[in-house]
Amino acid sequence: MTASLIGIAVIDILLFTFLVITAIAIARLRNLFAVVMLAGVFSLLSAALLATLDAVDVAFTEAAVGAGISTVLLLGTLALTGREEKKPRHSPFLPLLVCLVTGAALIYGTLDMPSFGAANNPAQEHLAREYLERTPVETGVPNVVTAILASYRGFDTLGEVLVVFTAAIAVLLLLGASGKRPSAGRRGEE
Amino acid sequence: MIMFLAVAAALFVAILLVLIRLFAGPTVYDRVLAVNTFGTLTVLFLSLVGFIGERPDFLDIAILYALINFVSTIAILKFFRYRALGQATLNTEES
Repeated sequence: MTASLIGIAVIDILLFTFLVITAIAIARLRNLFAVVMLAGVFSLLSAALLATLDAVDVAFTEAAVGAGISTVLLLGTLALTGREEKKPRHSPFLPLLVCLVTGAALIYGTLDMPSFGAANNPAQEHLAREYLERTPVETGVPNVVTAILASYRGFDTLGEVLVVFTAAIAVLLLLGASGKRPSAGRRGEE
Repeated sequence: MIMFLAVAAALFVAILLVLIRLFAGPTVYDRVLAVNTFGTLTVLFLSLVGFIGERPDFLDIAILYALINFVSTIAILKFFRYRALGQATLNTEES
């Protein structure tokens, strides 16, 4: 058991190293196609990290959305705009400072959290047991996660659906769903 | 455990090589292929984690990853051929 824990820890450290390398490369590269591909790789690395945390379903969503859909959406954007990023005109130090301060604040915030997987976490003391006991009686939904999302947090989910729906309509209006086809002039690659 | 460490080391060397090709790759196709290979390596990684943690159900997830990887590579390549996802037939008639 401890050996496997050490193995997982080594894997986590290596994955985080690759994640940082990929993030720095995304920030440094000017070739936007490479950046899109690297963003897909970043998403796959995050998915692997989530899988080592036993959150396999979250990892799968991350891989499907991050490496699948958003890669295609970013490529669609690239087809409409340019392939190269312009040189930034301002110096990167102020954004870097903001990022560092925000990151430090977030890490400071995690210091108060209970350690990962500890038995006396608040989530594992009464809340999970309560949900597991009361869900079948109160809602009759066999899947507890579905019951929480669709029944206990029904209004919350309704609000999220409303937000996504509004955003989709706004994007469609902005893009102009007039059925005009973009010119197929530029084609092929290098 | 030694075997698992060796497999993990080989896997991470492979990931590093793929990342180098992704950073350096001169043409677009190098990078597409690198991303595809990276997806395959993720599948291998998931299987490895499943074996280390003695969770054979990770294999199902790994197979799902392989499917998604295939579909997204096809989508990227199709995008580069036709410049759009939904207009393949129109453009092939033109070309």
